[in-house]
Amino acid sequence: MLLSGLPSLPWIWGAAGLLAVVASAGIGVLVGPVHISPGAVLQALVGGAVDPGQANILWALRFPRVVLGLLVGGMLAVAGAAYQGVFRNPLADPYLLGAAAGANLGATLAISVAPGTSVIGVNVVPLAAFAGAAAAVAGAYILGRTVTGLRSNTGLILAGVAIAAFFNSIQQFVQQSQTSSIREVYSWILGRLVTAGWDGVFLVLPYVVLSAGVIFLHRRLLDALMIGEDETTSLGISVQRVRLIVVVAATLGTAAVVAVGGTIAFVGIIVPHTVRLLVGRSYRVVVPLSLLFGAAFLVLADTVARTIVAPGEVPIGVITAFVGAPFFIVVMRSSRAAAL
Amino acid sequence: MSDVTLSGISVSYDRVKVVENLDMHVSSGEWLSLIGPNGAGKTTVLRAIAKLTPFEGDIRLGEQPVTQLGPRDLARVVAMLPQEPQMPSGMTVSQYVLLGRSPHLGYLARESPRDHRIVAEILRRLSLDAMAARPLEHLSGGERQRVAIARALAQQAPVLLIDEPTTSLDVGRQQEVLELVDQLRAEDGLTVIAAMHELTLAGQYADRLALLVAGRLVAIGPPAEILTEPAISEHYRARVRVVPLNGAGNAVVPVRR
Repeated sequence: MLLSGLPSLPWIWGAAGLLAVVASAGIGVLVGPVHISPGAVLQALVGGAVDPGQANILWALRFPRVVLGLLVGGMLAVAGAAYQGVFRNPLADPYLLGAAAGANLGATLAISVAPGTSVIGVNVVPLAAFAGAAAAVAGAYILGRTVTGLRSNTGLILAGVAIAAFFNSIQQFVQQSQTSSIREVYSWILGRLVTAGWDGVFLVLPYVVLSAGVIFLHRRLLDALMIGEDETTSLGISVQRVRLIVVVAATLGTAAVVAVGGTIAFVGIIVPHTVRLLVGRSYRVVVPLSLLFGAAFLVLADTVARTIVAPGEVPIGVITAFVGAPFFIVVMRSSRAAAL
Repeated sequence: MSDVTLSGISVSYDRVKVVENLDMHVSSGEWLSLIGPNGAGKTTVLRAIAKLTPFEGDIRLGEQPVTQLGPRDLARVVAMLPQEPQMPSGMTVSQYVLLGRSPHLGYLARESPRDHRIVAEILRRLSLDAMAARPLEHLSGGERQRVAIARALAQQAPVLLIDEPTTSLDVGRQQEVLELVDQLRAEDGLTVIAAMHELTLAGQYADRLALLVAGRLVAIGPPAEILTEPAISEHYRARVRVVPLNGAGNAVVPVRR
């Protein structure tokens, strides 16, 4: 190699990420109220003869839930990394521009006003959540542009804060005035992976592929943004264009996974920062590893969420924060905090 | 495209004019230093040439108005070295210098082996090859300035804008940096426009000095004509002696009142 010191994904970390995904998926598939042996899982995967009851549990419940967990976790972590990159703000998460507030409002309205409705065979709640998230971020972007002309990040972030507060106030008003659905709304907000078959997976898959793909292609440009807006501009890179494309991609992906999983907290902050602390800050490393470790982390969190108080479920957002925050503090203490 | 012409340049911040009706021509391969007291508009002029701030008037690189150049085209002609380049911790020297290749890359393209070769050559030329893998936060002030120059060189732009290159460097490092810029200018035929605080050094390295005061061009010419005791005491409100250095320019020495 001609140049030393260039960031590249260390193969050992890439392998560790893949291993984490496989291991977490294995655990997610094996753990549940009905015992299913690893042999039976493998048989089911290769189309061998399996007990029909077990096959049904695997194909209708556990496989789709694990795959959905991988998609949601990977997407939230990659979107978090992307937001932190374009806003050069370590506290940025996928909900920075109001995606969570918008999704919560959409879902609350759907649950309270039109419970059980479906549109062309799809439950209306995820659709409303998706629309709410997209509308909130679009609103923040337009507001930010009219106020500051997008010359500064701060204007856009403040617009996001304002939009989120506004949407939250409406959401809380609707929630308070519809007490019969308050429990369902609350559990949606804290996050939960829907379990009914493959609908959720098919709903989010195209968005996750598109969004993560676009962010993946922007790794070099996200690195370039690290030197600040003026200097990046003087290198001939249109900061506003990079920001718009990455924000749109990250928001689409976030809106899609939030629609099926609820507004699961902390994944988008904890996973990318853990990768930075352990492996390095370049987005050539942070983006792919966030995808893998975010996916693994969420499947594990979901497995805990559905077993810890079985047969009930703890909202997954509670687990991601309860387990993730202390883990993050341990990583932070044992590595160089300067890497943040 | 390596001579720079400014005609009737004005820049306003919040309706206050910080640069007013500036006319200036910098020839290809020339080193022009902008001097003047704090707030004179030196940095603003550099930022206008790099299109980092909106301006009225006309700025041309060769025959080409900068307003007609897209960001990538402009960055292939003009490289800007800011006063305090941001050096993100965790980024290595070679990664940072490789950023200078951005203007030569398509939007989503990755750096090619040729870009790597160019950067390796620049690192070698600036004696930075031994620290290629070192994180930026481990560099000294002088090393950081050299690394920043390396990034600007990687742009392979014929016009180099430098904002206060010697701030926070000791006198040895100041000379080292200016000698390096001068050597690169000679070897690569660069046009250099630098904002300078340190008047003695400004006079020693530039072909011409442009004295800006409150956004206006007060005088422009060879250092010996500009660095005079009456001019400096009037515009800087300083008491100085200008001491000839036997053919090595003049030293501007502050004298205690």
